[in-house]
Amino acid sequence: MTTLLKIIKYQLHDLLRGKWFIIYTAVFFLLTDGLFRFGGDPGQVSLSLMNVVLFVIPLVSIVFGTMFFYNSREFMELLLSQPISRVALFLGLYLGLTLPLSAVYLIGVGVPFMYHAGIMTGSYWILLLVGVSLTWVFTALAFLVAVLSEQRVKGVGMTIVLWLFFAILYDGIILFILFALEEYPLEKLTLILSMFNPIDLGRILMLLQFDIAALMGYTGALFSRFYGDLLGSAVAVLALWTWCATPVWLGYRAFSRKDF
Amino acid sequence: MLALRVIVIIMLMSSGLWANLVQVGSAHSQTTISGGLEVTEPGDTLLVHSGTYQESGLKIPHQLTLIGRGKPIIDGNLSGEIITITADDVSIEGFVLRGSGLSHLDENAAVRFEESQGGRISKNIFEDNFFAVYISQSENCIIENNIIKGLAETESRSGNGIHLWYCKDITIRGNYISGHRDGIYLEFVEQCVVAQNHSTKNLRYGLHFMFSNHNEYNNNQFDNNGAGVAVMYSRHVDMENNVFADNWGSAAYGLLLKDIYDSRITDNQFTRNTVGLYSEACNRIQVEGNNFANNGWAIKIMANSMDNVFTHNNFLANTFDIATNSRQNFNAFNQNYWNRYRGYDLDKDGIGDVPFRPVKLFSLLTEKNEPALMLMRSIFVEILDLAESYLPILTPATLIDEEPLMRVNQ
Repeated sequence: MTTLLKIIKYQLHDLLRGKWFIIYTAVFFLLTDGLFRFGGDPGQVSLSLMNVVLFVIPLVSIVFGTMFFYNSREFMELLLSQPISRVALFLGLYLGLTLPLSAVYLIGVGVPFMYHAGIMTGSYWILLLVGVSLTWVFTALAFLVAVLSEQRVKGVGMTIVLWLFFAILYDGIILFILFALEEYPLEKLTLILSMFNPIDLGRILMLLQFDIAALMGYTGALFSRFYGDLLGSAVAVLALWTWCATPVWLGYRAFSRKDF
Repeated sequence: MLALRVIVIIMLMSSGLWANLVQVGSAHSQTTISGGLEVTEPGDTLLVHSGTYQESGLKIPHQLTLIGRGKPIIDGNLSGEIITITADDVSIEGFVLRGSGLSHLDENAAVRFEESQGGRISKNIFEDNFFAVYISQSENCIIENNIIKGLAETESRSGNGIHLWYCKDITIRGNYISGHRDGIYLEFVEQCVVAQNHSTKNLRYGLHFMFSNHNEYNNNQFDNNGAGVAVMYSRHVDMENNVFADNWGSAAYGLLLKDIYDSRITDNQFTRNTVGLYSEACNRIQVEGNNFANNGWAIKIMANSMDNVFTHNNFLANTFDIATNSRQNFNAFNQNYWNRYRGYDLDKDGIGDVPFRPVKLFSLLTEKNEPALMLMRSIFVEILDLAESYLPILTPATLIDEEPLMRVNQ
């Protein structure tokens, strides 16, 4: 445990020295602040931020995550020559990246919200939750790819393909399925399909927070009824958690067997 | 001053000039309204003083003027109808009418006009009634400046605020109606004017037209109703200067049109409705000078609508401007302002040089396959819409505004 904490602490120092994090914070901060100055009402700001969160966070997390893992190669080799468990090292690297990334996101979006809006509305909490969850999920995927692929270029390429798949292609596949199975009742299917993509899950959870859900007619009603009650929210959180835990676990398995 | 007035009234009464004023109140010989009604002759005035009268089933068979002084309350105790009028030229003013009986067999109203002419209901307050005002087979009646509040909870256990059936030349003006099933309901009604009413928080429709030709409604406000306003199976309806707002829900409409012919919809405001204007099987409607702002869909027009003209309307910040369910389009869109329009105007005549296509691909897809709405605001959909807007393949080729306005039409 102490080794884990030590590794996280070292990672924090290392990351905070880079300019990267300052830029990442500044982007969120300026964006949120600017949206408040132009738009005003917190609901609208959350809705505009939603698109950015769903687009930028997965991309940054997955690309930055792989780069970070490759760059830590020598550090890992050094530590592995010491009597340190591989779990501690892998989780230390993972948490050492996800914790500051999440914190930076929370600060960048949260601080302007606090001094502009004051009270936090439901949609705002969901925005934070979705942002943090996506950070964790896509960093985990990044680590998985980086462990599996020795070659840097191939790894980064794969993460971009993965991001493309979740951010864009998956929705195309959904649309294709919905039209291919047009004759059948599809409401339950859409619900299930939404679980298999963390970005879609985040998007739907956020949309349901806005009265835009009424536009979604019967589908929207079904979604809000499902995700609105306790069981549904539990399932959604569980799904996001699974999306994060599975790649971490798979990544660790590969990492523990990896021959450095 | 009061003494003088009393003296004058007594003199008038005794002199026989204004002979037949019957007074009802605790300080008068008649203490009940039904008792007072019995002694009236045609053409009399019944003056009811303040107090609570637990009465229902009052029948008015001859011409009469009922005046409430000091807001007397007639409480029907939820049993049957309160006042039923079967004569001409009856007027009712200044009462508080409460508690007409809920029934699944009879349409019990606080005030019912039956085969009557020249009736008038004004400045009354209706509270917690099943139906408040019910007018059937009557002509030339006026319903004005009433406050009508119901306690409707479910559609099957509530009646309409103002209900007209087989009527002609009725004016409904300046009423406030809330908490009923339909705020105003018109069926088989001709030449009516519905003006300056505020119909809000009703369970179903704020205003509901059925089979009613040659009517007009203007300057009304309809907001927060369960499903907005519905106009069905009617011809020659004029709708002007109304506000349709905040009808938000999965089956709510600002204005729902079904089988409407030869009508005009001008200078109305459609704001924050799930669907601003829904048109099904409507022909030859002129939609002009309306504002559509912050709706989910500004207009949903089904392909069975033909020869409708949409011109000089403003479309501002709607999620979807126009949705339709077909590639065919038989309606004209011309010189509207679309805030989504990104064209230019080289000759500075205020009309954009590039045509505007108001139907997004995604709105067409969702119209055909509703579950696709789960992809709303997804990046993939934005890309599809963008591609389609540059190279239209699937969206209706003729649903196009050839002369989009560059500035908001005032």
